[in-house]
Amino acid sequence: MNDSLILRTSAPLLLWLALAVSIFIVLRGHNAPGGGFLGGLIASAGILLYAIAHGRDRAMRRMRMAPVGLCGIGLLAALASGLLGFVTPDTPYLTHRWWFPGGGLALGTTIVFDLGVYLAVVGTVTAMFLPLLRK
Amino acid sequence: MDQVLLASPLLVPLAASAVTALLWRRPGLQRPVSLAAAVLLLGCSAALLSHTLAAGTLVGRMGAWPAPFGIVLVVDVFSAIMLVITGLMAVAVAVYSAGQGATERDRAGFHPLFQGLLLGVTGAFATGDLFNLYVWFEVMLIASFGLLVLDRTREQLDGGLRYVALNLVGTTFFLLAVGLLLGLTGTLNMADLARLAPAVENQGALAAVAVLLLIAFGAKAAVFPLFNWLPAAYHTASMPVAAIFAALLTKVGVYAIIRVFTLVFAHDTAFFGPIVGVVAMATMVTGVLGAAAHYDVRRILSFHIISQIGYMLVGVALMTPLAIAGSVLYVIHHIVVKANLFLIAGAIRQAGGSFALARLGGLWVTRPVLGLLFLIPALSLAGIPPLSGFWGKLAVIRASLEAEAWLLAAVALAVGLLTLFSMIKIWNEAFWKAAPEPPPAETWSRAARFATFAPIVLLAGTTLAIGLWTEPFMGLSLAAADGLLDRQGYIAAVLGERATAALQEGAR
Amino acid sequence: METLLAIAIGAVVTASVYLFLSRDLLRMLIGFILFGTSVNLAILLAGRIGPIRPPLVDPGAAALEAAANPLPQALILTAIVIGFGLTAFALVLVLKGHEALGTTSAEDMGEAEPVAATAPSTALPAPHRKAA
Repeated sequence: MNDSLILRTSAPLLLWLALAVSIFIVLRGHNAPGGGFLGGLIASAGILLYAIAHGRDRAMRRMRMAPVGLCGIGLLAALASGLLGFVTPDTPYLTHRWWFPGGGLALGTTIVFDLGVYLAVVGTVTAMFLPLLRK
Repeated sequence: MDQVLLASPLLVPLAASAVTALLWRRPGLQRPVSLAAAVLLLGCSAALLSHTLAAGTLVGRMGAWPAPFGIVLVVDVFSAIMLVITGLMAVAVAVYSAGQGATERDRAGFHPLFQGLLLGVTGAFATGDLFNLYVWFEVMLIASFGLLVLDRTREQLDGGLRYVALNLVGTTFFLLAVGLLLGLTGTLNMADLARLAPAVENQGALAAVAVLLLIAFGAKAAVFPLFNWLPAAYHTASMPVAAIFAALLTKVGVYAIIRVFTLVFAHDTAFFGPIVGVVAMATMVTGVLGAAAHYDVRRILSFHIISQIGYMLVGVALMTPLAIAGSVLYVIHHIVVKANLFLIAGAIRQAGGSFALARLGGLWVTRPVLGLLFLIPALSLAGIPPLSGFWGKLAVIRASLEAEAWLLAAVALAVGLLTLFSMIKIWNEAFWKAAPEPPPAETWSRAARFATFAPIVLLAGTTLAIGLWTEPFMGLSLAAADGLLDRQGYIAAVLGERATAALQEGAR
Repeated sequence: METLLAIAIGAVVTASVYLFLSRDLLRMLIGFILFGTSVNLAILLAGRIGPIRPPLVDPGAAALEAAANPLPQALILTAIVIGFGLTAFALVLVLKGHEALGTTSAEDMGEAEPVAATAPSTALPAPHRKAA
């Protein structure tokens, strides 16, 4: 499997495609259903495909971070997005804040939550499955 | 400020889990973070308990969604007590985990998983939503999977597979019950369920759902006949892991049974009381007999977890204020004592070189302090006055006598005697008889010895405090029982007067 | 339609129970996946298929007449996410178990509860057990 020319050539391209699609899915979720979990799965599918084609170590190098560390950043981001709920007194945790600059644009802190979920999913899935691959 | 306090028992372990995961490549730094988080968790929980005692049930509607639609966190006295005990266990185990074998454990990822487990436990204690409870169960389960196979030994992998297989099925039953309950009532908020359950037309279906929940929580709590996974797995885990499992995992199942059956299915106590009573008796007897048949310290202790779960269910079986207070006191006492016994088992292993009673001996000569520290929780577990277990058993048995449940009282008494037999067996074999082989050479560093004994002394001190100064603890348990039996108060606190009225108007 | 779905769920549960009874852990895992699927279907069915009033309607807005109940779908989505995590972990564990123990059959694994584990010191007779 490792010496398939087609897989080796296409895996880096598919990695970028998967990352692009995953970012789109995450963004679509900032104001509509969709979001972090699905995007994270798509991204990790791309990474795993790359790891199958080029080996675990190269994939790890391209991630630049320990998968578990990625998971940690994601959890912290998701946690922090909810802390803004405490800014005003007596609003509970996870009360998200919105800003409408006009032109139909709605910016909210939910996107931070979704990005956190995204990173956590990528980190968890790769941390679980990369060690199973051959070096 | 109340809302910060309410969310803190969840936020602290979540943040600690994330930070320790970020420090994955620096295991040495994880330990202080984990310990600081455990201390902070204990502090926040204690503040939460004093707040609920002073100002009543605290409710937080996550994301500011109105009550029956969004997820709510509800902390009443019972929840707050459980959170404080969780914090205490977190501190004890965080210190203990810095002892023998700490470096290998840290490298294998002990701390992120440990904090993740604490997150699942505190979440389960704080939530007021049945589906959210399911999610916290799963958080707890995944973290416990990782912790159980931390050392990747053959023994652990085998035990872990058994644990995983049975728990997967158990939680799926929980999910099924949640789905059916949603179909019957249209809500999953526990307060809302409590409001709607008596009016459900199809009470038969509701009872079937209740039994499914009893199976799911019972599998988690390791009651008869769903306990097999526990002695098959717990004894393989490394000692800090086994201690935190023994202290908290089964108790979350007990908590869920007490919460759901005093709140949602309380109108049907006449039907469920006897079922839970029989389950409780069978659990006590099988657990204690299993312990009598074993000769490995860890296995004896594992079976005793099962046996003691039976006592905690007596409150649900009888549903009187005293019985529920007895159950709560028993849970408090048991968590402290059982965690301590597992910690001591680790120290015995370190001092005597084995967990097998046949290969141990003479520890009373070489380690008299350890012997005394073992006697405190061991005799407390058996219910010898004036230690904490005596008061727990006294409350439970007195409640059974008052409710004229003679058989339950008799079984509880007899099982106490058999518990004493098991504890004396460990004492005789490990401490009293002559050592069959010379003990291993001293291998402890000063720091490791401090990390091992400090939590043991702390928990033994707690046991003594509960035993000798019972009044405040019994008062807390009675307050918790009052809160559990005051269903209208709980419903009003969660849903609010206005929401309750509006819902009744626009009912489906 | 509901009867048909109920029968389908029953069929899936039958298959999953059959797989659970197998000694091979991989089959048991597939059984668990099937069981989870059937439970998700059951939630969908319990939440009533077909149009129902959605639980959240803005004040003053008219409720969609032909909308499905979104709540069971949200529950199922969460359950799928969790089920995914559990299955992934169990799969990794089975694989590690296969590496360490050289088998995926529950019958051949006896590490955690060896027959000799209950044998006490010389003072007491060892329990008689059938040879495995």
